[in-house]
Amino acid sequence: MATNMKSTLFDPLFENNPIALQVLGICSALAVTTKMETALVMAAAVTLVTACSNFAVSLLRNMIPSSIRIIVQLTIIASLVIVADQVLKAYVYDISKQLSVFVGLIITNCILMGRAEGFAMQNPPVLSFVDGIGNGLGYSMVLVCVAFIRELLGSGKLLGHSLIPTVNEGGWYQPNGLMVTSAAAFFIIGIFIWALRSWKPYQIESDEA
Amino acid sequence: MEHYLSLAVKSIFVENMALAFFLGMCSFLAVSKKVKTAMGLGVAVIFVLAVTTPMNNLLLQYVLKPGALAWAGLGDMDLSFLGFLAYIGTIAAIVQIVEMTLDKYVPALYAALGVFLPLIAVNCAILGASLFMVERDYNLGESIVFGLGSGIGWALAIVALASIRERMRYSNVPGPLRGLGITFILTGLMAIGFMAFGGIQL
Repeated sequence: MATNMKSTLFDPLFENNPIALQVLGICSALAVTTKMETALVMAAAVTLVTACSNFAVSLLRNMIPSSIRIIVQLTIIASLVIVADQVLKAYVYDISKQLSVFVGLIITNCILMGRAEGFAMQNPPVLSFVDGIGNGLGYSMVLVCVAFIRELLGSGKLLGHSLIPTVNEGGWYQPNGLMVTSAAAFFIIGIFIWALRSWKPYQIESDEA
Repeated sequence: MEHYLSLAVKSIFVENMALAFFLGMCSFLAVSKKVKTAMGLGVAVIFVLAVTTPMNNLLLQYVLKPGALAWAGLGDMDLSFLGFLAYIGTIAAIVQIVEMTLDKYVPALYAALGVFLPLIAVNCAILGASLFMVERDYNLGESIVFGLGSGIGWALAIVALASIRERMRYSNVPGPLRGLGITFILTGLMAIGFMAFGGIQL
């Protein structure tokens, strides 16, 4: 049981990463990563909501009729996201403004539905909770990596602190404007997947017919 | 009229749902292997977006906004915190209705769309459009144009990506980059292409 728990928690980091391998939850991964700050808040919100929704869905798994399970899962997730949104608005209002619609979009983040449907419906609550945390962490890791590169190269800052002095502030670094645009996020994730799959070759997709 | 036209151009090209806001990425990447299926999903998304965005707008105007329930004598109610739940409920319900209607009256289209219709309920582009509509305070007319425009923009992007991916079959992509990786890079290049529309004002 202990090893089971451990693999449930750590597999999603590299072995079965929700973004790089399961292709889940990409939408928000790209949009909130221009800055570390928003990425961290978003990562925390998604991890918590995934864990809690997995827990709740798993508790109810024997009572949900399969014909209406999608709508039940959506309702659970939407309620949890409303809670997360209200908390963010109450305590970190500025960041919640920057995240704008993307907090709401956690509802349709496929990680939540994917894990609820693919894991929580078959497994006991505690294990599902751990699975939620694990997938949340896998998601957070990609998010934080992308945000790190984009904020550092795009504006020479990390978490709002200037690390590389930019030309505008009298330093030497000419900020790379491409990094703050949406295209850079696609490139970084593409390269991230390339690196991950070179390291773990069994994840390579076979030739598409 | 010009205002609506400008909004349409903006939502189709400049603020393309898929390439500028990364919405609906999951199905965007998963269903873009063939032009034909991409086209089917694109049409379904246009349809659902054009219906749900105005519906959610009405819901916002008459039920959820602070003071919106004045017509029922409940002028001091503020239900805006229920927004997410209401919008996703509307979307899920409309997708279901669209599915049943198509099944009954246009079985050919229903068969062509197949599994994509139910999947649309969890497509972030749909909910995203509704949330943008709320955030930018569109009225009913604007939300119809915005919904339709974002749908067309999204469909355009997915069909374009699918045609590029069909061509990719002839190229020799490094193993680890094959599939998802190269698709991301392609989408990035397309996003740069669409950036050329930036700043266009009608």
